[in-house]
Amino acid sequence: MNEQTIHIPNPDVLPLQDNLLTGDATQSDVESIRRQTSVYVYEVPVRLWHWINALGITVLCVTGYLIASPPPSMQIDEAVNQFVFGYIRFAHFSAAYIVTFAFIGRIYWALVGNFHSTQLFILPVWNRHWWKEVLHEARWYLFLERDPKKYVGHNPLAHAAMFLFMTLGLTFMIFTGFALYSQGAGQGSLSDRLFGWVIPLVGGSQTLHSLHHLGMWSIVIFILIHVYAAIREDILSRQSIVSTMISGHRTFKDDDPN
Amino acid sequence: MSQMETFYDVMRRQGITRRSFMKYCSLTASALGLGPAFVPKIAHAMETKPRTPVIWVHGLECTCCSESFIRSAHPLAKDVVLSMISLDYDDTLMAAAGHQAEAAMEETIEKYKGNYILAVEGNPPLNEDGMFCIVGGKPFVEQLRHAAEHAKAIISWGACASYGCVQAASPNPTRATPVHKVITDKPIIKVPGCPPIAEVMTGVITYMLTFDRLPQLDRQGRPQMFYSQRIHDKCYRRPHFDAGQFVEAWDDENARKGYCLYKMGCKGPTTYNACSTVRWNDGVSFPIQSGHGCIGCSEDGFWDAGSFYDRVTDLTQFGVESNADKIGIAAAGVVGGGIAVHAAASILVSAQRKAQSKDPSKETHEETRS
Repeated sequence: MNEQTIHIPNPDVLPLQDNLLTGDATQSDVESIRRQTSVYVYEVPVRLWHWINALGITVLCVTGYLIASPPPSMQIDEAVNQFVFGYIRFAHFSAAYIVTFAFIGRIYWALVGNFHSTQLFILPVWNRHWWKEVLHEARWYLFLERDPKKYVGHNPLAHAAMFLFMTLGLTFMIFTGFALYSQGAGQGSLSDRLFGWVIPLVGGSQTLHSLHHLGMWSIVIFILIHVYAAIREDILSRQSIVSTMISGHRTFKDDDPN
Repeated sequence: MSQMETFYDVMRRQGITRRSFMKYCSLTASALGLGPAFVPKIAHAMETKPRTPVIWVHGLECTCCSESFIRSAHPLAKDVVLSMISLDYDDTLMAAAGHQAEAAMEETIEKYKGNYILAVEGNPPLNEDGMFCIVGGKPFVEQLRHAAEHAKAIISWGACASYGCVQAASPNPTRATPVHKVITDKPIIKVPGCPPIAEVMTGVITYMLTFDRLPQLDRQGRPQMFYSQRIHDKCYRRPHFDAGQFVEAWDDENARKGYCLYKMGCKGPTTYNACSTVRWNDGVSFPIQSGHGCIGCSEDGFWDAGSFYDRVTDLTQFGVESNADKIGIAAAGVVGGGIAVHAAASILVSAQRKAQSKDPSKETHEETRS
C-alpha cells in the first residue's frame, strides 16, 4: 500500500469477490477501487440546467446565425401560407426564454443548493491561493507541469472561463437579446420596460445586433474549448469530468492526498 | 404683431371657408392618430389660441428638413406656416435678410420670452470655437445658445440636430454636436430622419399647438406617435420576411416580385420611423416600396453604422474592415486550430509519459492512473 494515501485501508475486506470469480474484474481492478474515491458534487438541478443550457444554446447559435444570414429564399407556397423564417425566429425566441428561465432557476439553486452550486457565480479573485492554482492549471495546459491537481468542483481555469463566458456572457446575451426582442414586442411591453434601455446605451439597434452577434461567437468559442477540455480532462486529469456531468459524482482516479 | 391672431382668424382672413377649416381639423386629427372626438377640440384650440411664435435656426445642415417640411400635405405646410405658427425667424423661408432678419429674431426673443418654440435644423460645430458655421457674423453655437435661453421647448429637426448625422460622422473634424449635448436645460423633442417625414414635422407642431404640451416622448426623446415602431413592424413586405422570401440580388426575379429586402441590407428592422405608415410625398411611396432597402437615416449615428447594403454590418472598431461574422469565424478558427494542436501535443506527451512510466526506476502514482 502506498504510504501517501488518503484512505485508511481495510485489508480484511476483499471487494468484488463475485466479479473476480466471473471474470468481470481483475486483481488490479480490486486494487484500483481500494484507492478510488467519489464525491457527490452536482445536484440534479445543476446537471439538468447544464443540459438544458447546452441544448438551448445550440438552438440559439444555429437559429441566431440564420437570423443574421437567412437561408436561401424558399418558394413553397404563397407568403401567407409560408412561415419559414418566422419559425426560425420562433425557435430562437422560445429557446431564449427557456435558457433565460433556466438561468434564473440556476441562480435560485445557487442560493438553496449545496456548496458547489455557488462556484459558478463567484470568482475568488481576492484569494491569493486561487491565483496560484490558476497559474498551476495554466502550466499544466502548457505541458509545463507533469501532474495536474485534483479538483472537486471546477478547476480554476475552467472556473474562470465559465464565469466569464457563461455567468457574465449569458447575462450579456440575455440583456442584449431581450433588448432586441423588445423591438418586436413593442414599446411598453415587459421586455421593453426591463431591457429597452440597452438600445440607446449602446448607440442604436444596429450596433446592438452586432454586439449580440459577437456575443454568439464568444459562446461558440467557449463551447469549442469547453468540449475539448472536458474530454481531455476526462482522459488525462485525475478526476472524472464527462460522467460527472451526468451522474453528479466526481470520481478520483488515485488516492494521492493532493 | 402686437396682438396675436388666432389660427382661425388667419385662416379666415386667407379666404379659407369654415367647411375647409373643419376638414383640415379632421385630417390633422387622423394624421395624429386621434379619434373623431378630438376634431372639435382641435377646432376649438385653433379658434381660441393665439399663434405660437417659432424661431427656426439653421446650423450645419443641408436644408433637407426645410425641403421636406414645405412639402407637407396633411396639414399643408402653408397652413402651418401661415396659420398655425407665427414663424418669426427662419433665414431660409423668411423674406427679410441681413440685419432685418437678425432684428426679427431679437424682437421675438424679447417679446415672447419663455413662450416661443425654438426649432433647430442642423447642429453646431464646436471645434475652433464654432468657426465652422457662422450665422449673422457669429458662430452658430452662440445664436443657438442665445435663442435657447428663453425658449419654451426645442425641436431638434432631423438627424443633424438629433444625433449629428453626416457632419458628425467619424472623424467629425468640426466636432459637430447634436443639440441635446449643447443645450441641456430645456425640453428637447427629437424628430430624427434625413430628412424627417414632412407630415411628421407638421404633425409634431400641430400636436404641440393643439394640446399646448409636448407630445409623449420615448426613451430617446422622440415623439412616440411617430417613432414608437420600426419601419419593419409595419412594412407591407413583412409577410415575405416571415415566409423567408428575400431579394437575393438587385434585379433578380425576387426583386421583381417585391420580396423582402432584408438580405440586401435593409435597415427597416433596426430603424424607428413612420415611413411604412405615413410614407412620403403625400403618401405616394417610401424607399422599400420603391425597391430599395431602408438606410436607417433616423437612427443614431447611421453613417458610422456600416454599409447600407449589409445585414451584418462592418465594425470599424477593429481598425480593419470586418464584421461580427468575419471576426467570429476567424477567432473560432484560431481557437479550433489551437485545440487541434493542443490535442495532438497532449496525446504525444501522455504517450511519452506512459513509455517512461514503464521504466521501473520512475515509480510514481502515475502508474496506477494510466
